[in-house]
Amino acid sequence: MQAPAIVSAFRIVVFLCHTLPITMSAQPKSLFEKVWDAHAVRTLANGQTQLLIGTHLIHEVTSPQAFGMLRDLGLKVAFPHRTFATVDHIVPTNELVEPYKDNLAQAMMDELRKNCAQFGVTFFDRASGKQGIVHIVGPEQGITQPGTTIACGDSHTSTHGAFGAIAFGIGTSQVRDVLATQTMALGALKVRRIEVNGKLRAGVYAKDVILHIIRLTGVNGGTGFAYEYAGSTFDAFTMEERMTVCNMSIEGGARVGYVNPDETTFAYLKGRPYSPTGAAWDAAVARWRSFASDTGCRYDDVIKINADDVAPSVTWGINPGQGISITENIPSPETATSDDDRAGIIEALEYMKLPAGKPIKGVKINVAFIGSCTNGRLSDFQEVARYIKGRKVAPGVRAIAVPGSQIVGLQCEKLGLDKILVEAGFEWRAAGCSMCLAMNPDKLIGDELCASSSNRNFKGRQGSITGRTVLMSPVMVAAAAVTGVVSDAREVFAVSNN
Amino acid sequence: MALAKITSVSGRGVYVPGNDIDTDRIIPARFMKCVVFDGLGEFLFYDVRHTPEGVPTGHPIDKPEHKGATILLSGANFGCGSSREHAPQAIHKAGFRAVIAENFAEIFFGNSTTLGIPCVQAAREDIAKVAAAIEKNPAIEITVDVAALEVRFGSDKIKITQRESARDALVNGRWDAIGDLIDGLPAVQATAAKLPYMSAA
Repeated sequence: MQAPAIVSAFRIVVFLCHTLPITMSAQPKSLFEKVWDAHAVRTLANGQTQLLIGTHLIHEVTSPQAFGMLRDLGLKVAFPHRTFATVDHIVPTNELVEPYKDNLAQAMMDELRKNCAQFGVTFFDRASGKQGIVHIVGPEQGITQPGTTIACGDSHTSTHGAFGAIAFGIGTSQVRDVLATQTMALGALKVRRIEVNGKLRAGVYAKDVILHIIRLTGVNGGTGFAYEYAGSTFDAFTMEERMTVCNMSIEGGARVGYVNPDETTFAYLKGRPYSPTGAAWDAAVARWRSFASDTGCRYDDVIKINADDVAPSVTWGINPGQGISITENIPSPETATSDDDRAGIIEALEYMKLPAGKPIKGVKINVAFIGSCTNGRLSDFQEVARYIKGRKVAPGVRAIAVPGSQIVGLQCEKLGLDKILVEAGFEWRAAGCSMCLAMNPDKLIGDELCASSSNRNFKGRQGSITGRTVLMSPVMVAAAAVTGVVSDAREVFAVSNN
Repeated sequence: MALAKITSVSGRGVYVPGNDIDTDRIIPARFMKCVVFDGLGEFLFYDVRHTPEGVPTGHPIDKPEHKGATILLSGANFGCGSSREHAPQAIHKAGFRAVIAENFAEIFFGNSTTLGIPCVQAAREDIAKVAAAIEKNPAIEITVDVAALEVRFGSDKIKITQRESARDALVNGRWDAIGDLIDGLPAVQATAAKLPYMSAA
């Protein structure tokens, strides 16, 4: 154990001598380091940091036990005004009135309502008109801000990194820790910069970018890292596109993913309910800007990707790293790069009931799902509506569209997008996590195959023990819905570069 | 808040082969419709242990010779996917007190450590050695020695690794940070006071 420590210390000395001739205080830092330093309370006995969590988002699935622990320990919520709750995982999207038919779902609803009332936590419930998937609600309320730390008992909390926040998915004991102390014990992460440069080709979306990244790095390539997404592709992305990418960081093993805040970030936040106003706005923007990574800061790793290399992507297996472009063939065990890869391909093809070495294009689908914290935002439905207008969902395909929040739902309805989707043959639902994880009535049946805009294609993920998930962008889901088979949306919708 | 010093865990082991065993597989989402963690143990690996019709598939943890096992062995990237603490809770409530794998997903690792479940890493061939020993004699006692960073079984042993902060927390009885975090509350207030967004509206 000793030798590597000496080597790395030596490297640091060399690094300092050669590249930092000025002063220590001028050392360029990444956003991750700056946010970490600003929120580090103290070092704990085991070497971890007690890190202040500025914003705590909670929902019905991972918080009830934490509140129970709080009661057992006789503790209060330390910063109730920095704690926000909503309900998303278990809410039925086709049933609006409580009590819900599912007693267990209703019990979780009641528990969250009781906990929020007792501990003084703001609850965006359905009656508020602001309910939705927690990772859609935070940004749309302006709660998610640059230079802050955020935690939520959900692994897709990395979504909030799109704003230049450091956002962690945590377990229930840590939810308890954050409720009781607004802090948690954590070791610092390494930082990997993932730079994507250039203009995406027509018909290629943010979803394809993250599926491409996960395919390159593998499902555990990001373990121990925070990802900094950068480059001209990200500079040009809207906040919703940035959120889609950051959302799936965890699918590549990275607990945190972020984009440096810029004018796009500030423009999005301006005027939101929880955004600062007046002079406080100007001060906040100046402060937010200061958190962006400094030029020349050190990264533990850098990956560069050419936007031109990203194609419309789909998964063919049972984890999000098992992805290919729509024009490729399904892998076969013979093309495996290692024993592990071969075992993975065999297991995945057996579960997915897909033919090795054949095109993924043309595989029959049974269900089309558009929604989730990955792709359940206004721009997702706008893009789908643009292409699906006047088209019809193929006979035999069950198609559902689920806005990520009540506000997204309302925005879509104001624009008439819901009508376009319904006319095409989609069901238009109320906001929630829906079929992404099927803790609610929206589930696959038997071995149905679902073209899904969600984030996980694990075995059984969509509610049936033999159900099959093919992940893709919302427009690709629309193309599959229309043709009844996995399709290249560029062909189905005659997408061109013009 | 005196916590047990978890220096080693001994007991029988069971090998659940496979890489990328995700938390949906460890505990399917439908079993998370609960407001307490009690009872999760019986749903551990449920959909792998049963056919869609509910018939047992003969999963390793259901084999009579592995009943009462307390040490779980598996492959790479164990516990990937969601942040649900229901996963390590189900493992713990099913009687397991330590997990040996090639490596672990980040959030699962942290959740397990906080519950006092040592998650230790070993090389694939070493895990295979332990698995072979279990196969030969399911009653063989296995000791996961967190302090000494080795696993002993019969007359054999293998080296393991563990992140130092976790090892320190386990062997010194500070794996659940809540006590330490509460002790730091005055410092928390001081840090919060320097951040404009932390002030009450």
